[in-house]
Amino acid sequence: MTSTSLDPTTARFGIGQPVRRVEDRRFVMGRGRYVDDISLRHEAFAAVVRASSANARLQRVEVSAARSAPGVLAVLTGDDVLADGLAGLTAAAMPEDLGAPPGHRTFRPILATGRVRFAGEGIAFVVAETAADAADAAELVEVDYEPLGHVTDPLSAATPGAPQVHEDCPNGNRAWVLAFGDAEATAAAFESAPHVVSLRLENTRLTANPIEPRAALGEFDPARGTFMLYSSTQNPHGVRQQVAGLLKIPETSLRVVGPDVGGGFGMKADSYPEDALVCWASRRVGRPVKWVATRSESLLSDTGGRDQVVDGELALDERGKILAIRAHALHAVGAYIAPAGLVPSIFSSRFLPGAYDISTMHVVTEGMFTNTSPIGPYRGAGRPEAAYVTERLLDEAAQALGLDAVEIRRRNLIRPEDLPYETPTHFSYDSGDFPRVLERCAAEADWEGFPRRRAESEARGLRRGRGVAYYIEQGGVFNDRMELRFDPGGTVTVVAGTFSHGQGHETTYAQLVSEWLGVPFEQIRFVQGDTDMVPFGRGTVAARSSMIGGSALRRAADAVIERARPMAAELLEAAVEDVEFADRQFRVVGTRQGLSMMEVARAFYFPMGITDSFGVGLEGSGTWSTTPPNFPNGCHICEVEVDVGTGDVAVVAYTVVDDVGIVINPLICEGQVHGGLAQGLGQALLEHAAYDRDSGQLSSGTLGDYGMPRSKLMPPLRSLFEEIPCTTNPLGVKGVGEGATIGAPPAVMNAVLDALRPLGVAHLDMPATPDRIWAALAAAATAGAAGVQA
Amino acid sequence: MSVELSTTVNGAPRHEVVEPRLLLVHYLRETLGLTGTHVGCDTSQCGACTVILDGAAVKSCTVLAVQADGHEVTTVEGLAAGEALHPLQEAFSTAHGLQCGYCTPGFLMAAAALLAENPDPSEEEVHRGIEGNLCRCTGYLNIVKAVLAAAATMRHGTASGSDR
Repeated sequence: MTSTSLDPTTARFGIGQPVRRVEDRRFVMGRGRYVDDISLRHEAFAAVVRASSANARLQRVEVSAARSAPGVLAVLTGDDVLADGLAGLTAAAMPEDLGAPPGHRTFRPILATGRVRFAGEGIAFVVAETAADAADAAELVEVDYEPLGHVTDPLSAATPGAPQVHEDCPNGNRAWVLAFGDAEATAAAFESAPHVVSLRLENTRLTANPIEPRAALGEFDPARGTFMLYSSTQNPHGVRQQVAGLLKIPETSLRVVGPDVGGGFGMKADSYPEDALVCWASRRVGRPVKWVATRSESLLSDTGGRDQVVDGELALDERGKILAIRAHALHAVGAYIAPAGLVPSIFSSRFLPGAYDISTMHVVTEGMFTNTSPIGPYRGAGRPEAAYVTERLLDEAAQALGLDAVEIRRRNLIRPEDLPYETPTHFSYDSGDFPRVLERCAAEADWEGFPRRRAESEARGLRRGRGVAYYIEQGGVFNDRMELRFDPGGTVTVVAGTFSHGQGHETTYAQLVSEWLGVPFEQIRFVQGDTDMVPFGRGTVAARSSMIGGSALRRAADAVIERARPMAAELLEAAVEDVEFADRQFRVVGTRQGLSMMEVARAFYFPMGITDSFGVGLEGSGTWSTTPPNFPNGCHICEVEVDVGTGDVAVVAYTVVDDVGIVINPLICEGQVHGGLAQGLGQALLEHAAYDRDSGQLSSGTLGDYGMPRSKLMPPLRSLFEEIPCTTNPLGVKGVGEGATIGAPPAVMNAVLDALRPLGVAHLDMPATPDRIWAALAAAATAGAAGVQA
Repeated sequence: MSVELSTTVNGAPRHEVVEPRLLLVHYLRETLGLTGTHVGCDTSQCGACTVILDGAAVKSCTVLAVQADGHEVTTVEGLAAGEALHPLQEAFSTAHGLQCGYCTPGFLMAAAALLAENPDPSEEEVHRGIEGNLCRCTGYLNIVKAVLAAAATMRHGTASGSDR
């Protein structure tokens, strides 16, 4: 299957080609179809009344004025939820399911029942003739709260005597305690180590902010007793399972469709109360019900990301070789454990050793309930937290030992000859060449030429710093299923269990099928996201689709070839064992002329004759699992200029070298790096989903208050790939979606600190905003002056 | 209370009776069914709803429909010439300047207004021209590349292909 034998068409669309996306045409013409673009006859509109208190008993929820407001069809409350016996949202997995000590499982009602645990939790669901009527009536709902005191950050939540989020939790606000590694061996290593560095680091709470807010449209069909739900989700089958559970109906009674979805970043991986509310309300009012979040509602009620405080320590020998790493993390969980709420705690613990040769480690992660919207996976989900700790500590160690930041990493990266490498957290790194990637990145970024550029910046009155970070992560989770279905005309449909919401799967999968089966790129159709059309799937999260979806598709293609081979033999009048599928056609071994897959597929639809012996229809399915996993990894180097007069940071140069294994479509892969980098820079320099400690209210409740990256934040970027094939899947691919979000925050923060250390600034937390930098510089200047006086 | 509203949208005259509080974006999406214009926020920060009103890019969530009375509105649906893509649409696809596609119509309209005013913008001017628009997927670099490429195409009058 070398590209030399490809016909020109396949060569243009095959693996490794920067194929322009087939999705684009409908999007650039305004013909995308997102949930809010879908209208059902006689649809009604809903608005959610949200809690204005962070932690309170509901003394009274008065809805009579709202019920009699113009256009109102129904006002549903927690009492109605209880009366109808609906279930609550709960974790898909708890620590005890993975063999760890048990955590405290929560059940989040789809409308608050007697108690609210975060500002923004849904209290009532108002359904009306128009969206404006619903919004107007929602304002008429009166709620009396009995405040119970609140905690909105993990550190406060862990303080003895702190207000409790769940009174029945036996361990204060601790949802779980996870531990990895060897506590005793690690303590011993630290005691005898010549050098120890330590840092307390905050990994800021973030919010995903896809530009399409969450939305749901539900319709109950009384004739069949079934529900139809359009949801802006990354995982339609997951939503079907969760919403069926909430409504206590079998999955056969619910069809979920994810139409075009305007970004998700992990935040839309699970269902939300509103998915169930629109279905339930539709059954109650006898009309389709649509709910579309305002941005303010999204900021209040979407799952957040990160939100962790860590004490990290590194023990090193005289040469800078790491002897051990230790960390104690408080990781916020939010007011309820989201279905995938455990994921960040696990990955942030397990990736602490990174790509470094560290055999001695100990990490404890306490999941803390807080009076905030739940924490869930957000692009990287725990890997950014892990890399941030290790990479900040490495720069701290380089300072202490007088080593260059690249050099200390060079001395500690796992060598390619040591692969496969078992980490103390039970990952087996299969492939890669971490030193090669580091050296290439340093060379491309002209690491050695930095002093000249720094002098040049200083001549312009700016402080220049450089930062490096190395990341490694696991691409993909769980298993999945893909299907190929041929039509009587010979065209083929990819039926995907994954769910593209911006990643361009329609293009990538067609590239694969075109290269493998020789079906022309334009003849390949794509279906995803409809639980009635796709037998099963797990959607798209955690950079899983190229590896798990692609490998499952490879198996589906193999199944199709095997099923078609006897038919091809019959058509070629040859024995089955003499027929091979090579160069994208069936042919008798040793001959050149053969039949295309499309020609053989057509024979499977003959109305009589040959199909009597071979059966009707040509299709194949395949599955693939994340075990054994793949490990994308890479190096980030950036340079910043800081204006010490204003505290402004400009990222002026950025180089990324990623090993994502085989690159199927370089255009799409680079796009993932660009987008991930924007989010990583956003975290480092701008973003903070902030709650006011005194009131428990979300301070960053609009896009005017939440620092979203805009185009001017982006640096000149060189994105390069070092294609080292993954050995654990047939495509040799590794995930590409998350890497830049993981590598960027430590690279940028290391660069900012490199610029400011000469001025006495030893530490900064994210986001490195002008006011924080200015305050740190002012504090350093004061301390410096005091030191001179003393 | 309702008021009469006469507009020209994508070249076609429209006469409707609307509520005075109706926003232009809802008029376009719900009254006229032009769902290519999207809503991404409620504080005029994201620019997903950007349309062109008498030649100027406006955020249609911040304009009342009645303010468009007697004026001309162009939405993303009016950008292509039939099925032939506008050079900006073509360039966004070629440069991979879109991923989920939700913010894309707003960027296209902001860029179209920019190029109408300044056919040969510098990179810096493109950044400024799209500073009112948020994209969470692409990291902007390819959007800037696309706008510059489209500007070059439009200046040189190169015919744009319409398909992939």
